[in-house]
Amino acid sequence: MTEAETIARWISPGARVLDLGCGDGKLLKHLWQTRQAPGYGVEIDDVKVIACIHNDVNVLQMDLEDGLAAFADQSFDYVILSETLQAIHHQEPLLKEMLRVGREAIVSFPNFGYWRARIQIAFAGHMPVSKELPYQWYETPNVHLCTLFDFEALCTKLGLRILERVVLTNGNATSFLPNLLGRLAVYRVSA
Amino acid sequence: MIVTPQKARFTEPLRLTGGAVLPEFEIAYETYGELNAARSNAVLVCHALNASHHVAGTYADAPDNLGWWDNMVGPGKPLDTNRFFVVGNNYIGSCFGSTGPTSPNPATGKPWGADFPVVTVEDWVAAQARLADHLGIERFAAVMGGSLGAMQALQWTLSYPGRVRHAIVIAATPRLSAQNIAFNEVARQAIMTDPDFHGGHYYEKGVVPVRGLRIARMIGHITYLSDDAMMEKFGRVLRRVTPGFDFDVDFEIESYLRHQGDKFSSYFDANTYLRITKALDYYDPAADFGGDLSKAFARAQADFLVVSFTSDWRFSSARSRDIVRALLDNRRILSYLEIDAPQGHDAFLLDDPRYFAALRAYFGNIAL
Repeated sequence: MTEAETIARWISPGARVLDLGCGDGKLLKHLWQTRQAPGYGVEIDDVKVIACIHNDVNVLQMDLEDGLAAFADQSFDYVILSETLQAIHHQEPLLKEMLRVGREAIVSFPNFGYWRARIQIAFAGHMPVSKELPYQWYETPNVHLCTLFDFEALCTKLGLRILERVVLTNGNATSFLPNLLGRLAVYRVSA
Repeated sequence: MIVTPQKARFTEPLRLTGGAVLPEFEIAYETYGELNAARSNAVLVCHALNASHHVAGTYADAPDNLGWWDNMVGPGKPLDTNRFFVVGNNYIGSCFGSTGPTSPNPATGKPWGADFPVVTVEDWVAAQARLADHLGIERFAAVMGGSLGAMQALQWTLSYPGRVRHAIVIAATPRLSAQNIAFNEVARQAIMTDPDFHGGHYYEKGVVPVRGLRIARMIGHITYLSDDAMMEKFGRVLRRVTPGFDFDVDFEIESYLRHQGDKFSSYFDANTYLRITKALDYYDPAADFGGDLSKAFARAQADFLVVSFTSDWRFSSARSRDIVRALLDNRRILSYLEIDAPQGHDAFLLDDPRYFAALRAYFGNIAL
């Protein structure tokens, strides 16, 4: 099971979707094709914005760090932040904004508690480099990496309710020791 | 691409926003590419302040007279005339062939001059709709424009929601700021206080308010460029070896502005300049909706591509984001590009590779 399939299962047909940090728009295209869910993507990178236009996906070139002022309160059913949380400087205001704009938020991120990452730090003594985290420490856009436990603690602090969680490792859902054995965490949360 | 300008004449009177009636009028236009059998591939290109219907290509008798958006429009260009039938038009009140202050007033046989009514963006669009009828175009695949041209593209989606499938709105604003209006007023004052203006009746005196036009153009040019672009292009470079301690041209930028002013005043009509700046000042589709732009766009049906440039301080990206917000509130199909280009407002005429790639991709996805 892929992340896109996981998210698509959560999205009711025809729901309105906002995808923050939408990349080339593949997820939005998938949600349109599988759930007939119309949506908009937000992306800052020029090349990715143009790729979205190529892919016939609605894209808005904006900086997430500036907030979501362009979007009215509760104007979306789902606001998605897919593998982008770790590259944002200010997580707390963004998560609050997501739930101002959307009924629910879907957040995914690479689990920094994954055992391979732990081994690379603990035994090899290096910052982890992997499929999910392909960057060297000096060139990474990822400024706020976290584990499942860290994210759940932040949700508690912000008073957010975790409605569902799926942890994926190599295409399989991981329910046993997910903070150690899970590569990618996908959460569905509400205010 | 060799093109031939054409004219269409309309004898049905046109009632203008300001209450006046144009008993008849002409629109100068050019077309590029072929209208397909389904008549589904027409794109209307709207021009800004000083441009014309000559959007692309050259003339057989003037091979150097390249259209103002020739980098954007033509065979294999982002707006590809191998695929689209593109219509360039000169709006009414202008001075490049469509009916305007320099045209004869049918009531007197003399040029309209100061008596030519003030026209609005809405009036231009209404006149363009007549041109569309004339060309047999029920629905445009797209209406596209930059700056003042973008206002026309926006207005098309409001005046004729069913007649435009895509609006391509570049370097736009949904209304002028007080600062924008202030610059326009200084330009108008420069023209109207020129002793050769004669209250707009200068044609019959055989003079042109050249000084006023020059200053108006110089002011305009300052607002089209960013501070950085101007510094980059001209810096503090001197035209002479040492400062002259007089009021001749010292700096390159002075020379540039004087040159632009001279060039402009040799071909542009002062009465037209007054009217176009007024049309800009008046444009505010939200005005009838208590200032609520979202309500104004409730009747739009088009899909939108909105493009702004970060260094544009004349019509800043914030104004394009106002448009985006209003379109989002109405759940329009919409993409927005905010291009980090240094050139200021003029960037919409330049071929930034990101801007052109995005437009190429957007046009490529328009179904015919």
